[in-house]
Amino acid sequence: MRAVGLSDSRTVGLLGAVVVALLSVSQTVRLSSQDTTRGKTVYVKWCAGCHGEDGKGDGPAAAYMLPRPRDFTGAVYQIRTTANGQLPTDADLMRSIDDGLFGTAMPGWKGRLSDAERRDVLAYLKTFSAFFADTTQRPVALAFGREPGSDARVGRQFYDSIGCRKCHGDQGRGDGPSAPTLKDDAGFPIFAADLAQSWRFNGGGDVAAIYRRLRTGLDGTPMPSFSDLIDQKFLTADELWHLAQYVRSLSPTRPPELRDVIHAPAARGALPAAPDDSAWNRVEPSWFPLVGQVIHKSRWFTPAIAGVWVQALHDGRALALRITWDDRSQSPDSAWRPFTQRVLASVAGDDSTPPAAALWPDQLIVQFPTKVPEGMERPYFLMGAATQPVYQWRWTSALRTSGRAVAGLARGIERFDSLPAGSAPAAQAVYDHGQWRLVLTRALATPDTADDLQFRTGRAIPVAFFGQDGSNGEFGTRMAVSTWYFLALDQPTPPRVFVTPVVAIAVTLGLGLVLVRRAQQRGTRA
Amino acid sequence: MRALGMMAVAVAGVVGLAAAGRSSQAGGTVAGKVRFTGAKPLMAKIDMSDESVCKAKYTAPPTEETVVVNANGTLANVFVYVKAGLPADYAAPAPAEDVVLDQNGCRYHPHVLGIRVGQKLAIKNSDGLLHNIKAMGKQNRPFNVSQPTSMTTERVFTAPEVMVPLECNVHGWMHAYLGVLPHSFFAVTGTDGSFSLKGLPPGTYTIEAWHEKYGTQVATVTVTAGGAKTQDFTFTAR
Repeated sequence: MRAVGLSDSRTVGLLGAVVVALLSVSQTVRLSSQDTTRGKTVYVKWCAGCHGEDGKGDGPAAAYMLPRPRDFTGAVYQIRTTANGQLPTDADLMRSIDDGLFGTAMPGWKGRLSDAERRDVLAYLKTFSAFFADTTQRPVALAFGREPGSDARVGRQFYDSIGCRKCHGDQGRGDGPSAPTLKDDAGFPIFAADLAQSWRFNGGGDVAAIYRRLRTGLDGTPMPSFSDLIDQKFLTADELWHLAQYVRSLSPTRPPELRDVIHAPAARGALPAAPDDSAWNRVEPSWFPLVGQVIHKSRWFTPAIAGVWVQALHDGRALALRITWDDRSQSPDSAWRPFTQRVLASVAGDDSTPPAAALWPDQLIVQFPTKVPEGMERPYFLMGAATQPVYQWRWTSALRTSGRAVAGLARGIERFDSLPAGSAPAAQAVYDHGQWRLVLTRALATPDTADDLQFRTGRAIPVAFFGQDGSNGEFGTRMAVSTWYFLALDQPTPPRVFVTPVVAIAVTLGLGLVLVRRAQQRGTRA
Repeated sequence: MRALGMMAVAVAGVVGLAAAGRSSQAGGTVAGKVRFTGAKPLMAKIDMSDESVCKAKYTAPPTEETVVVNANGTLANVFVYVKAGLPADYAAPAPAEDVVLDQNGCRYHPHVLGIRVGQKLAIKNSDGLLHNIKAMGKQNRPFNVSQPTSMTTERVFTAPEVMVPLECNVHGWMHAYLGVLPHSFFAVTGTDGSFSLKGLPPGTYTIEAWHEKYGTQVATVTVTAGGAKTQDFTFTAR
């Protein structure tokens, strides 16, 4: 039986070779419209800075990036429609060039480069690997079939049974037990994707894209292919689709939109001081992306915290801010220490030798000006200046989960003078499966009116956020930063807001009637 | 279609017979030991507390296998093979039987192994818990497949390559190394540190000994028909 099976597969192989030979003829014809000489010119100008002159992924900017730029010489590509380990199709490569790779430093080039330039550069980057010249390695897109009706519940069962949680964690935030040990093929540390941020998936965040990743794997990373499990009848294609649907369900329906203003409605009842108080479910969160602090030395190019969700409530006497962010580790955590060391050793920075890993905590900073500004002028966003300090709340995971954060004045990124406890907000934090939820509460007015910001309703109050993941090697000035946004405490709506328009309408109507009457009387008299 | 397939089998058979005929014709042997000098490095203990199934398979805590020094002062897990010297037209069909790589106790068995180009590698999961098997060849296309339960996955390597690193990302300590060759003249040292390459056609060969930590050493050996040569290698601690 076995011998028959083998010779059958050989027949298919031979037939395949013939088909491939025919295909390669048509491929050659199509490729003739591409020009590797022109492609090289485009490559050297736009790509080599990261990917290197020789395509090894080692350009001058590469050392500042994690994940590193693609090394084209191995022809190993993450985002493909072809089977695990196979070369990508031209369409696969063009998609990555056109759209870029979300969540990485790779931008989309459609619109920046002409169609011809992108085709030429695609042809040129294929010359970096002999695999593309090997006619036995002809890439063929897999047939992915159609998405069945949604069943995220079945998807969750397979999430558990095929062990996704080992790396991605129980809630999918990339905090599984194997996460601290992950490396890519080149040995660089790599995060398991945070499945709650589908808008940052490098191959796209819709169900079909997730399904393709499950089928093909992300070559060059620890993410394997699950196609063999369908062949071996461990699960069906539909069940794998359901897994993709479940993964998609972990993220918001739409990518978060950046808005400038956090609205703090007036709370009905007491302010929720606990992070998991159900009152927070009724407050709309705003998303603020964070980026690496690359202005002051030591700069930090590979922050772990992608952004923060912020909610606010006030009751006329106090303000409560709830800040939620995904963080794969509850730092300090000794299990992550080797990972920390690998990150510090991998990312270039301003120090001649990378610092030794230590057990740093996580940190979250909320920043305000010391006074609500009258005009548009605000202090320097990166922690103020000696002449114009900013008022900050600093919370770290080294504090007790329930207590007080530290308030103080920052006079530039290097200097922080803490203020007495009376200026500091109460803090309650929860770490839950790869996510911090922190509530900071402070009275709107404090005795120290010189240093502490006095919150007022109905005003746009500048606010900014800074975050650190200690296990990612973030300490000191190595942090993720935002720019200034605004916090607006809604004014309680007084009754006259409803009465005044009615009165105005009545008065206008009355006056109009009087005028018309008089005009008519005048007309009669004339 | 079937006819084509049978033709292919027939062609392969003829080629195979010719090669077998040549190698059985009073082949020579190169044998020897791989010695180890210097301080034996201490191997780190592997913490398997997250995988109770694997942990239960050991009486003493398992250690990493980067350097395994035998009781007789020899080095295990050294891949010794003919790197160069075979006739340019040398060809032999790959054996029909699979090479088995077993995942048992969250370790690979064997830790170092050889395979022929075109021969099947059967990767077996005896643990019944999630492993992924990632092959990171440079001459061969890579692969990375998931095995969430007891199952066997087969893969074939198409190009000679010493070595293809294999690893499991669920268990960061799991590493294996696979030598892919177009001939059968390779061996892996075991508990006595010895190796033997038999049936070599008369000629002068470059023999290489590869170790995952200590790198490679080469020797040039001339083999006569029916002759036996001894070639030892020595790796030094560093």
